[in-house]
Parts: sequence; C-alpha cells; structure tokens
Amino acid sequence: MSEIILQVSDLTMNFGGIKALDTLDFEVCSGEIVALIGPNGAGKTTFFNCVTGIYTPSSGDVYLHKPGGEGRTRLNGMKPNHVAEKGMARTFQNIRLFPKMTVLENVMIGRHCRSKSFILGAIFRDKKTRAEERSIVDYSYALLEKVGLASQVNELAANLSYGAQRRLEIARALATEPFLLLLDEPAAGMNPQETAKLVKLIRRICDEGHAVLLIEHDMKLVMTLSDRIVVMDYGRKIAEGTPAEVRTNPEVIKAYLGEDD
Amino acid sequence: MDYFIELLFSGLTRGSIYALIALGYTMVYGIIGLINFAHGEIYMIGAFTSFVVATVLSIYGFPLLAIIVLAGVCAAIWSSAYGYTIEKMAYKPLRHAPRLSPLISAIGMSIFLQNYVLLAQTSDFLPFPELIPDFAFMEPYAHIVGSSDLMILVTTAVVMVALTILIKFTRIGKAMRATAQDRTMAMLVGINVDRIISATFIIGSSLAAIGGLLIASHIGQINFYIGFLAGIKAFTAAVLGGIGSIPGAVIGSLILGLTESFATGYISSDYEDVFAFSLLVLILIFKPSGILGKAETKKV
Amino acid sequence: MFPLKEFKKSLLVALWFVALTFPLMVIQVDPIERIVNWRWNNMFFVAIGSFVLSVVGKAFFARKEQQLSKKRTAQNEEVQDTIFQRVLREPRYLWPISLACLAFAIAFPFLFSTYQTNVMTTALMYVVLGLGLNIVVGLAGLLDLGYVAFYAVGAYSYALLNHHFDLGFWTVLPVGGILAAFFGIILGFPVLRLRGDYLAIVTLGFGEIIRLVLENWNEFSMGPSGIANIDRPGLFGLDLSLNMSILYLYYLMIFFLIITIFVVNRLQDSRLGRAWVALREDEIACQAMGIDKTKTKLVAFSLGAFWAGIIGVVFAAKTTFVNPASFTFLESAIILSIVVLGGMGSIVGVICGAFILILLPEYLRALSEFRMLAFGGILVLMMVFRPEGLISNVRRVYQFKKNDRGEK
Repeated sequence: MSEIILQVSDLTMNFGGIKALDTLDFEVCSGEIVALIGPNGAGKTTFFNCVTGIYTPSSGDVYLHKPGGEGRTRLNGMKPNHVAEKGMARTFQNIRLFPKMTVLENVMIGRHCRSKSFILGAIFRDKKTRAEERSIVDYSYALLEKVGLASQVNELAANLSYGAQRRLEIARALATEPFLLLLDEPAAGMNPQETAKLVKLIRRICDEGHAVLLIEHDMKLVMTLSDRIVVMDYGRKIAEGTPAEVRTNPEVIKAYLGEDD
Repeated sequence: MDYFIELLFSGLTRGSIYALIALGYTMVYGIIGLINFAHGEIYMIGAFTSFVVATVLSIYGFPLLAIIVLAGVCAAIWSSAYGYTIEKMAYKPLRHAPRLSPLISAIGMSIFLQNYVLLAQTSDFLPFPELIPDFAFMEPYAHIVGSSDLMILVTTAVVMVALTILIKFTRIGKAMRATAQDRTMAMLVGINVDRIISATFIIGSSLAAIGGLLIASHIGQINFYIGFLAGIKAFTAAVLGGIGSIPGAVIGSLILGLTESFATGYISSDYEDVFAFSLLVLILIFKPSGILGKAETKKV
Repeated sequence: MFPLKEFKKSLLVALWFVALTFPLMVIQVDPIERIVNWRWNNMFFVAIGSFVLSVVGKAFFARKEQQLSKKRTAQNEEVQDTIFQRVLREPRYLWPISLACLAFAIAFPFLFSTYQTNVMTTALMYVVLGLGLNIVVGLAGLLDLGYVAFYAVGAYSYALLNHHFDLGFWTVLPVGGILAAFFGIILGFPVLRLRGDYLAIVTLGFGEIIRLVLENWNEFSMGPSGIANIDRPGLFGLDLSLNMSILYLYYLMIFFLIITIFVVNRLQDSRLGRAWVALREDEIACQAMGIDKTKTKLVAFSLGAFWAGIIGVVFAAKTTFVNPASFTFLESAIILSIVVLGGMGSIVGVICGAFILILLPEYLRALSEFRMLAFGGILVLMMVFRPEGLISNVRRVYQFKKNDRGEK
C-alpha cells in the first residue's frame, strides 16, 4: 500500500571542506511519520535545506514521487518554489513568518502556487479571479480552524504567541497542498500543553494523507509520534528503525552521550 | 612611452585617492554591514574644511608647512567628528531595523550634508590654495609626474602602512576584526561594540578627509557635489576588491584608477563616469563578492 | 517636567554641534579677494537650533519608548490605531471623503489661477510617480534608486518620436510606458537576484548611466542642450491655447491618478500583491511557499517602470522640453522621500507625502531654498522615528460568519 515518496541517495553537502552531509541514504513512504533526530550540528536542518532547494547538494540524488502519480522528479538544484509546487512543503526552525501580514494572509501566501490569477486578473477582477480569491480565503480559513487559530485571522502574525506562530507555519505549509510535510523542530519553545496539542495536530495531518518528516529534540514527542526514526550524527545516518529499536541502539546512545574514554 | 607612464602615474594617483575613501566604505561595511552612502560627503566635508582652514591661514600669513599640517589635522578632526555624529544620529538607532532602513537613512544623510554645505558655503567651484610646492628634484620628470602626484602616492602609502599596523597589532584593531567577524560574540567576550563601531567611523572618516585634502590640492578646486561621484567610485572600488576586505579595497581602487586613466587617455574622456558606473553594475551582477571577498552563505 | 540632567545633556549636544559646524557655518572665505567673513550669528542659530531639536528629539524618543512598553504589556488587546487608519478602514467615512476630494480636484482650476493649476499638475505627477515607486519599494521591498531612469526613458521616447516622426502624445503614451517597462525587465533580469542593498546601488548606477549617455550621445539625444518644442497633448486634433492645454493636462493627470489609485489598490489586494509583500518580509520563506521570486520581483519592477514611463511622456508634453538635467539622482531621491514620508505601501500616505513635499516648498518660497536639505533630513528622521511613514499601511480585514473560537 505505502510507496516511497521521497528517496534520498548518497546525498552529500560540502561547505568549504566541511561535510555537513555525508553520503546520506533514506526514504520516506506515504502515510508515515518519520523523525529525523541527532545531536546539534548533525546536519538535520542542512538536510532539509538540501531537499527543499535552498541549498544545492554537492552530490547525490533527491527524488520526489507523488503517491499514485506517474514518474518521479529529481529535485537536485531545483528552486525552492518548484519543490513546493511538486508537493513538498516545510516549516522553519527559527520561525519565518511574514510578520507584518495578517495570520490569514500568511496562509493565503501558501495558496499562491495553487492559484493562477495575475496582473490583469488583479486589475479587472473578473469572475474567475473573484472565485479563485474566494476559494483561497475559504481554504486558508479552514486550515486555520484546523490548527486552532480561527479566532485570530486578522491579527498580525508578529503579534501571535510563540506556539501559535509555530502552528501558523504548519498551516501555511499545508496550504500548498503538500503530500510530504517537513517540520523543523515544530515543538521548540512550546510548553507541555501546547506540545500535546501539537502531537494531536500532527497525527491528524498524517491521518488526512500527508506524510510527515520532522526534526525534533523533544524525545517524548518523537517516540510517541513517529513510525520510524532516522538518527544522524556528523552528517551521516547512524541508525534507523522503529522508536523501540532506536532507543536501544548502542550507536545512538554513543552519539548522544558521547564515548567513554 | 612618456604618455603611457604619465597615464600610469595619473591612474595610480587616482587609485590612491579612491583607496583612501574606499577604505572607509569597506571598514564600515565589514563591521555593521551597511553601505555608508554618506561617506562620500565626509570626504567632501574634509576637502571643504581643509579649504577653509588653509585659506584663512594663508590670509593671515602662516608659513606653508604650518598650513599643510594644520589643514590636514583640522580636516581629519572635523571629518571624524561628522562621521561619529552621523553614526550616532542616523545609523545607531537603526541597528536592529530591516536592512534597507539604514541605507535609506544613509542616502538621506548624504543629501542632507550636500545641501548643508551648499547652504553654509556656496554652490560655486572654489579655487583651492596651492599647498604642495613643486619640488626642485622633480624638475626633470615634471612633464610626466607632478609633485602633487608624488605627494599623494607617498602619503597614501604611509597611511596604508599605518592603518595596517593599527588593525594588525593594536588592541583596537584586534577588537575591530573580532567585531567584524561576529558582533554578538565580540560583545560576549567584553568588547564594547558601540565604541568599536564609533572608532571605525572615525578612522574611516579621517582617511577620507586626508583623501579630500590631497585631491582638492591636486585638482585645485572644490565644490559641494564632489562627494557624490567620488563616493560612488570609491564604493565601486571597494566592491571590486571585495567589500569588507581592506587589502581588497586598495587593490580595487588601484585597478579602477588605472583603468579609468587608460580608458580616458586612449579611448575617450566623454564617457569617463559611464565607465565607472558600468563597471560597478557589471561587478555587482557577475561577481558581487569581488576579488578578495568571501561569498556569503545564507543561513536558514 | 524636564529634568535638569536632560537639560544639561541637550546643552552639551548644542555645544557639540556648534563646534562641529564651526568651520563651515561660521567661517566663509573669499579666496580671490582674500577676505575672511566671520558669521558669528550662524553660530548662535546652530546653538539654539540644535538645543531645541535635541530637547524635542529626546521627548519624542521617550514617548516612543513609552508606547512600546505599553504595547508590550497590552499583548492581546486591540492595538490602538491612529485616526487616519480608523477612517481608512471604515468605508462609511472613506467614500464621502474620497468624493469630496474628487469634487475639489475637479473644481480646482476654477477656484485658483492657471499658475496654481500648473503647480498642482506637477504635484499630481509626483503623486503618480510616488505610487509607481510605491509598488516597487513599498510593496515589493525593492529599493530602486534609479527610478528616474525609467521616467527619462518615457520622456525621451516622446521627445524623440515627436521630434523625428511627429508622433502624437496619445500614440506615444503607451509606447513610452512599454519601453520603460521593457528597460525595467532588461535591467531587472540580471539584478533582481542581488541582495537589497546591492540592488539599490546597481539601480543607482543604472540611472546615472542613462543620464550620462543622454548627456554625451549627441547624435541620439542632442546632448545637454536637450530637445525643445515638443508638442503638447492633442485633443481630437483641436488646437488648444496655452491656458486650455494646462487645464487639459491637469484633468489628464487627475484621470491618470484615479486610474493609478484604482490599479494599485486592486493589485495590493490580489494574489500578486500579497506575494510582493511576503517577498518584502521574508524571501526564503516566500520561495519555500512556492512563490517564484524572480518573476514576482520582475513584475513589480517593470510595473513600476511602466508608470514612470507614462509620467515621463506626460512630463515631456507638459514642459515641451527635455534635457538630461531633469533626470538626476536627486529626482529619484525626491520620489523616494515621498514614498518614505507618506508610508511605504500605503496609497493615501504616498498621496499625502507627495503633496507635502512638492507643494510646501512651492507655497513657502522662503523654504524652497531648504528643499533638498529637508528631503535628506526627512529620509533620516522618518527612518529613525517613524519607519512606517505618516500613514502606515493597513492590512485588509476579512470577516467570517462562522466564528467558532475553536481550539480543539
């Protein structure tokens, strides 16, 4: 039933001699939640950046495969906006919202690549443009309801609380209709109640047919949520498996606790 | 051949002046990442201050050497004071603002200073007193290299050496380099970043003032508008060499000075400024990191 | 009310400025007659002026701090808007006010002299230029310092086409706009991937190149002496008297202004306009959300250029004479000041900004000498004290009926 939607092979990223990613292989299948963990500086965010087109990887391949779709797309060197169009969206570790736009507008930006109107449509506001605009607003509002921000649609994004900003980022990413959602430390800075709500939200997103790949340091969240965990250290994959497997893996323990000399 | 050497020297002279201004751009950029658009005006104010001081002193009959020294010192002091004040008023409050805010502020400052000098002094071209005498030993070469060219080259060389020593070996120089690399880190290890930024503006401004004095006495006239063009050209030189890099600014300036000199000498003088502007546009488009600069990696 | 310590500080500031401005404000030399003119009264003015400004500035800063802390404590409460913003948001007030403005604008030539009408036409041109630049700077966040180049392209295309081929105003109007937009695309394509501050400098360089080429390429543009005797705009082949054509141009500008406001307003609230604002706020996030950075920027850039080109044609037709001296960097700076003063991204703000900056020096002749000084000062002061401009942009508010405050 489940098929591979993201396939990464031999992915390497050099920053002037430093290998931030070193021959990384792994894949994400449809319908699953995969967590990417590892100590600070292990290359997790660099991995996100390479996959979503913000960096161009030094070597290796990244393929995206739309579930049930025909053929796969090679993402190397593709611009971030095309990656988003192909169906993979992300959030950012250090929140990157549009602070001076309202909450609703932030999500509406996510609809950009799924809508078409342009200069003439904007000026003349023909029937088609109006309908499209209406659908953008409705779709975005529905997403905000889903993440629990419906009461703050007209608030400026900058005025939201930290946890709400994280949820808004998720809503914005979902607006691009991704089949694979990348979350970069979605629970960072959240209190336990907020985290609990977030777990529910991610679970729900997954149930609605989006595969989720997330970077997270909150082990409780990772262990309860993920179907599979990939552990990275120094740009390499050092372990992979179910939460139970990873928890007992000696390599992982070594990476986190350091070696006894 | 003589013509070639003449152009070579005039190119080096131009380049030296550009270098004195470009250093200010590059140092400020290195520390706070701002294109200090008003820097050309600092240079202009340096030239004007030295003009006022030199003329007053010569009217009151001071000896030539005293005039040169006093004019240079006054120009440096006042230019630094202007640089310091501008930073405190127009840039410091904007240190955490979006990147374009301080640039707009700098452009405003530049226009303000131009018109301030225009209103306080005059819009006419003013004849600058001849400060640099024709040296007797230069007589045989006078048709190729003027005494003032030589003076400019020597002064610039001395200033460069002094600056290098300052930045390489003194406490403040080390603090400046640290701040340029990582401002937050510098602050954490106890460097007073505000003071370092002020010091950078002061040093850059006094270099520009010296450049102002030299070029004014070389060309023989000044005007409130000279800062704009000189500023843009020096900025071009700084970008050409790699903005943020001090040796880069010098190399870029010499290259720009030489190319300008040869292009106007052998091709046409009509498009002298077009040439510099085109160079600026082309570098920024094709190699914005310049010759010695580092390419930036974006942090996400 | 005003503590002694602050008073002393202001006194020191005044002293500092007296020393700072001493060589240039007090001394004036005549190098030919060899006379030194000591202008001690200037010293006095500087002292008083800087003291007062320092006190005012301090008070202003204190108020700003206070407001900031107030805002911080009142996190989730409605942030208090200015009167302007409230009026702008309320269609009930907005419509009557706009209609009154329109009525006044139409009646203007009958209430005031031809000279005043002519001045007003100039002001209107700056309003439209400001609105055009507002698309580029205010909405898309691209600092374009060479905006005047596109204005020049429009003006020269009418001047040259009229001079050589006798083409009329209405024929050239779209040509000028399209040509300017075309230049915008040609320039924009390579430079729009540059960082913001580099983009500013490149556009500045481009603007100067255009001007210098116009100045030096005599065969093409007739050099610094410019092109004279350009036809005024025609009205169905009628020969208009000078007065009539001033009137005609005035109404033409009103018409252009209404169209511009309409278009910019619609663009602002569209998919494209949102993408511009988002791009201004965060480029990387924008791209990650599927917005084509280059294309979106290019559209903003060339659309702004198009407007400048159109007004360039009008300018050539109005003055019947163009030369490169009209298209210096300062002109770009004036238009930028309009946008910055009024409020980046705000239509009403830009309109107010243009009227203040263009009409004030016109009517207060004594001040006109200080015009450029003020423009420079405004750029600095606005950035330091009120970066959002006089009238900040209001984001659109959406209403939803089903307002279940549901956090499940």
